Order: sequence, then C-alpha cells, then structure tokens
Amino acid sequence: MTRLAKTLTIRSSPHIRATSGVDSIMFNVVLAMLPVCFYAVYIFGMAAALVLVTSVVTCVLTEHFLCRLNGKATTIGDWSVVITGVLYGLTLPPTLPLWMVVAGGVIAVGVGKYLFGGLGYNTFNVALVGRAILQAAFPAAMTTWPDAPVNRFGSLPSSTLALPLTKPVYDGVSSATPLADWKFNQVATETGDLFMGTITGSTGETCALLILIGGIYLVARRMMNWRIPVVILATVAVFTGILHLVDPERYASPTFMLFSGGLMLGAVFMASDMVGSPITHTGTVIYAILIGLLVVLIRVWGGMPEGVMYAILIGNAATPQIDSWIQPKVYGTSMRRAAS
Amino acid sequence: MFDAVKHLFGVKTFAHGIHPPDSKNASKELAIHQFPFAELLVVPFSQHIGKPAIPIVGEGAEVARGQMIAKPDGFMSVAIHAPATGLIRSISLTPAINGKMTPGFFIEPYTGSTQEVMEGPPVMADTASSEEILSAIQNAGIVGLGGAGFPTHAKLKVPEGKTVDALIINGAECEPYLTTDHRVMLEHADDVMKGIPYLLRATGAKTVVIAVESNKPDAAEALRKVLPADLPITVEVLPVKYPQGAEKMLVSALLGREIPSGGLPLDVGVICTNVGTTAEIGHLLPRGMGLYERVITVGGPAVKKKGNYRIPIGTPLRYILETVGTEDDITTVVMGGPMMGAAASSLDISITKGSTGVIAFTHRETGRVNEIAEYPCIKCGACVDACPIFLNPSQLGILASKEQYETMVDDFHLRDCFECGCCTFVCPSHIPLVQKFRVAKAASRKAQAKATAEAAK
Repeated sequence: MTRLAKTLTIRSSPHIRATSGVDSIMFNVVLAMLPVCFYAVYIFGMAAALVLVTSVVTCVLTEHFLCRLNGKATTIGDWSVVITGVLYGLTLPPTLPLWMVVAGGVIAVGVGKYLFGGLGYNTFNVALVGRAILQAAFPAAMTTWPDAPVNRFGSLPSSTLALPLTKPVYDGVSSATPLADWKFNQVATETGDLFMGTITGSTGETCALLILIGGIYLVARRMMNWRIPVVILATVAVFTGILHLVDPERYASPTFMLFSGGLMLGAVFMASDMVGSPITHTGTVIYAILIGLLVVLIRVWGGMPEGVMYAILIGNAATPQIDSWIQPKVYGTSMRRAAS
Repeated sequence: MFDAVKHLFGVKTFAHGIHPPDSKNASKELAIHQFPFAELLVVPFSQHIGKPAIPIVGEGAEVARGQMIAKPDGFMSVAIHAPATGLIRSISLTPAINGKMTPGFFIEPYTGSTQEVMEGPPVMADTASSEEILSAIQNAGIVGLGGAGFPTHAKLKVPEGKTVDALIINGAECEPYLTTDHRVMLEHADDVMKGIPYLLRATGAKTVVIAVESNKPDAAEALRKVLPADLPITVEVLPVKYPQGAEKMLVSALLGREIPSGGLPLDVGVICTNVGTTAEIGHLLPRGMGLYERVITVGGPAVKKKGNYRIPIGTPLRYILETVGTEDDITTVVMGGPMMGAAASSLDISITKGSTGVIAFTHRETGRVNEIAEYPCIKCGACVDACPIFLNPSQLGILASKEQYETMVDDFHLRDCFECGCCTFVCPSHIPLVQKFRVAKAASRKAQAKATAEAAK
C-alpha cells in the first residue's frame, strides 16, 4: 500500500478536452492551400513564387512587430496570419510589383486585423482588406494580367521589381482574364481550361480542381463548414443558370461562371473563414446565398468583370446582423411560449 | 440537421451533443468486487439534495451494519444507515466535495465482526400502497445514484393534477470512464426487474423503457433475458452520445417529447430513474434494508487496479486510492465522470450515495488541460453545434467576459444551461465556457437574492 501525500489540482469540470485547437485548424488550412500555391508557381513561374513569399513574410512580420510594439506576446504561432498571407498572395496578379504586395500586406494585417483587436475580432476577411486597398490604390496594376511568359522560371517580369512609387513597366501585351474576355469581348473560355487552370488571372484563382481538393480535405477533417462554399456555388449556379436559359447569347453559362475568376478560391477559402461568417447553420446559409447573389449581380450588371471580393466583404459586414437575427432555438422554449 | 434525419429513420437520439472517447474498456469487463473496510468511515448527515438527516445515535454508540443512524428531517430528506458494524468514534465536521465542512459520523468498524447486515420488515411491491413504498424508499435512504443525489421518493411522488404515463430507467451512462451502471445491469438485471414494480406502483406509470447506450450491448442482452412477461417493459438501445443520460436528452431521444424550459420530465408525463437506483430499490425493499454501500468505478489513467467495487458509504478517497494503488504523479481525483464530476480538494473527502466514480488523472492528462493556451473565440460555432440545449455558448462566453450576467440570463437563456460541459470540451480556442457560465449563474443568483431582499425591506 502506497502512502499518498499529494497536492491535488482542482479545476471545474469538464476534466477532459477534445484534441484539436485553433492552431491545428489554422495549420491545416495552410496545408490545404499549398497545392494551389505550387500550381500557381508552376503556371506563372518565379513571379508568382515571389508574390506569395513576399505576402506571407510581410503579413507574418507585420503581426509580429505590432504585437511586440504593444508589449504583447506574439500571436503568429496560431498560424492565422500565415493563412492571411497565403490568401492575400493568391488574390494578387502574379506580375504585381513586390513593393505593392508589401504595402497591401502591412495594411491588411495592421488595419484589417490588428486595429480590430486581432484574431477573432476582425469583421472583414483580412486578406481581402489588403486586396481591396490595392484595388483602390493601384487599379491598373491590379488588373494587368500576364500573357503566358516565355521563360517563366528563368526570368522575372520587369514589373515585379519595379521601384516603390514608380509606374511599373510591363513586358509585351497583357491579356484579358476569362471573365473580362466575356464581359468586354463576349468570348467564352473552355470550361476544361478553367477547371485545370491553364488560363490567366490572379495567382491562385486559376485551378478550380486543386481548390476543391483543399476544401474537401478541410471538410473531411471537420475544419470547415461545408455549407458556405456549397451554398455560394449553388446560388451562383442557379442564378446564372436561369439567366443563361433566358438569353444564352447575353449571359454566360453556369459552368463558366462557377469556374472562372476568384469564385472558387473565395467560396472555399475566404467566405468560409469562421471569424467573418455567422455562427449558426441557418445564418451561414443566409450569408452564403447573399454572397452568391452579389457575385452574380456584380459580374453581370456591375461595372467590373469580377465581384467575389466585394461580395464576400459585404457578406462579412452583414454577419453581425445575421447573427443577431438568427439565434439557435433554445430547447424547451417553444412550449413555454405556447403555454403563456 | 443530421439528427433530424436520423430520427426519420427511427434512430433514437437527441440533437447536438458530443462524442468524447468513452474510455470504458479498462473497467467494463471487470466484475463488481466487494471493497474492504477502511479503518475509519466518515458518513456525512447530508448526502442528498434537501435537509440533512437527524442523527439518532450519539458518540460512543455501537451500531450494526445497515442500522439506521440518522432519520429523515421532513419530506425533502432521507435516512442514513451505518456502513459497518462498529463504534461511533465521534460526530464532527468533515470536508465535502463542494469545498464546505459538513457534520458526519466517524465510524470505526470492528475488525473482528462478521459484518452481517441488519434486515427489517420487508415491503413488497404487490401488497404495499403507493405511500408505503415512498416512505420505505425514504427510510431506506435511497437517492438518485446517477450522481444527482436527489431523494428518490420525492422524485417518484406525482403531484396533484399531474399524471405519469412513462417511466424511463436510465442506463445510458454516457460519462466516459464510468462502468458502474453497466456492471449493475449485467450482474444485477434481476434486481432492476424487481425494482420496477415498486416504481410502477408508486407512480402509476403505464409503460417502462430501459435506456442503454449501444456500447453496452451485453447489458441490454442481460436485461432482455430477464424481462418479466407480465410487465410493460422494453429495452431501448441508443447510439452512443454525450450527454444522453441527462433527463431532458433522454426524454427527447426516447419519446420525442420536449421538456419545457425550467420544467421537469413530470411536465410531459415522464419520470426518469437511474438504473442503479432501481436495482437498489429491488434489492433493499424486499429485505427491509437501508442503503449502506454502492457500486463505484475506480479508474482513470492514474489508477493501477482499475475496477468496479461495492464500496461502503463513507470510505475516504485516500483509503480507496491507497488500496487500488496509483501512479506517482497523480494530480487530480474526480468524483463522478470527467465531464461533470467534481475534482476533490482533499483525499479526506469520503464517498457518498451520489458518488458514481473515483477517476484519477496524472499530469500527462490534466497538464494538457490546465496549461493549454487560450485563444480568442474565432466564432467557429463548434459550441453552438454541441450544446444539447441549443444555447449560443460563444455569445454567452463573450457576454461573460464582459460580466453582462443579466443579459446572459434574460436574453440568452443562461438558466437553461445544465453544465454538461460540451461547449468547453469542443472549443478549439480552449475557452473555459461552462466554467464562465457557473460563475455567471452564481453572480446572477446573488444579484437576484439581493434585489429580492431590497424589495422586501
């Protein structure tokens, strides 16, 4: 018989916890996005690699130094700022001058995240805040897309290393993204090209297949609410399908709409961001329908060829309101109301 | 959503809830063993919800095992019986699991005694009246053995104007580690069946459902084997999910009835009784005996000789752990299951009628829980999907950190929280949600009591 003379730790129940934490969820989101990143580098070459590395390093360093500046422990260990960096890089044109990448990244994390109070408190998707600022500040650079470069691994586009605050010079003629081609030239791209990503566009919005695989991985690991991407894509498909039936000449087919532009990346990796989306299932469905409708409205009737970014930002803005309308119905309350 | 689909296909379960590892394998195969007597047993007067029992023997008295040593003080109180033949050394204060000091008997068992149990006049289910059964249950000192400690006779008393049609015998045992109900159903299925007629007689219920989770198929089998042909009893096997053993969840799962907020199963014509309690009624009443020991799972990673033991009421935790042997780095001893049980502040606390388990952990498990980093709420909704009462723990947690307790109670139904701990279990940010809610409830109760006192002036 052993003699026990021990100090006991007392703590309020439960005394056991599930294993996955915020850091592991965030790390897995980064993992899920890696194939998209590698494919982007394969398609666009060194320029895309530099944009991605610059955006991640900028975002991580910005958060780290802001924490230090305020005398707080650094929060980069939770991996959320790495997601921001990767997503932000994926939304940018691969030929974007690197100094613009840095500027947007600092603003995204500094204003979009840190000023709001950091992880969990940011109203808007942090990566999209950075992109929105750049779109407003440098509309030309943000809508210049590279033609298939001749030597994409051996050389860099001249715009990449443009000096800060100078006007970037582009090599050759820039080409139009499939959405712009449709909007301004009424030329539709083959769905197969869209699906496999052999097209031009932002760094990460090319290969729908890899984005879907990443999303399925996260859903399978129960780290993503599948309702958000599914409902957004379904809304877009139904809405554009109706339009296409009405007038196929004027309105593009649903498959084209689904696989072009930033919709796949936005629906799978950005709209599904837990912080910016409603907390109840009903709420997320309303939020996703709203985003899907806005994407089609902007793409079809708006002045710009692409509207995913604004649609998601507006969805983020609507989230607190949706959450205050839609609360779970508490067990046992309906009967009391009926009785009283 | 999937829970609703499951219901359509006839799978009986409740909505939401969680699936913690059940950790029952280490003790579920081990038969119930009699535990030895400690040198000193400490039996508190209050082991139930309600008024403490009134002692009827004094210091220095010799008592026989099973003899009544304290009588109920009014309706909301039950008797206490001597857990061993021996000497009442003293009557003084002893630490209780809630952190308070409470009066109790310090009984020294006689080492030479045969420890025969005292029997009394039997009360039979087929001849006794409803009142006689209730008073026999009260005098046998029977309380809810599932952990609540609510006097069973008070629970079975159907108030004027209410009727009960269904009786649920709760053998869900959804708490991880615990295997007491499992073993009782396996080894004492006959006692369960003997107990049910008393409950039927006392409540006037028409049907009886025994609920067992699917991780105990052998228990369901054992019960089905001894089902009496003349009684309206069915055994239902439910999918494993925590907190299925909670009354609200069990009633919803089995009968699809929703208990109104702030109400009891009685409000929808149901009474739930723990299966262990039922077995004790079936064992004790025909012999005219009182409750002097109970089955307890002693387990957890820090325990060497894990098992299910029949332990005398009043056995101190220290004696139990020394007898079964523990790892050196034992850090936490939980009375009950790890989801809702209370951590003992002292090993001098003794087990009572409501103790279902003694689960000991080492630093390897508790260190992970205690020293884990807390992140801000990322609104992932895991807690919203887990809460079986459909509260919004995320929102409640944010309000709790702002100390907006009134809003929590008035607008977000804090009072409906029964502290199952699902939200804390699933939270990836490791926010101690249910712990915050306990603080909030206490603060709001205090504020309300103060307001009532002010109004009375």
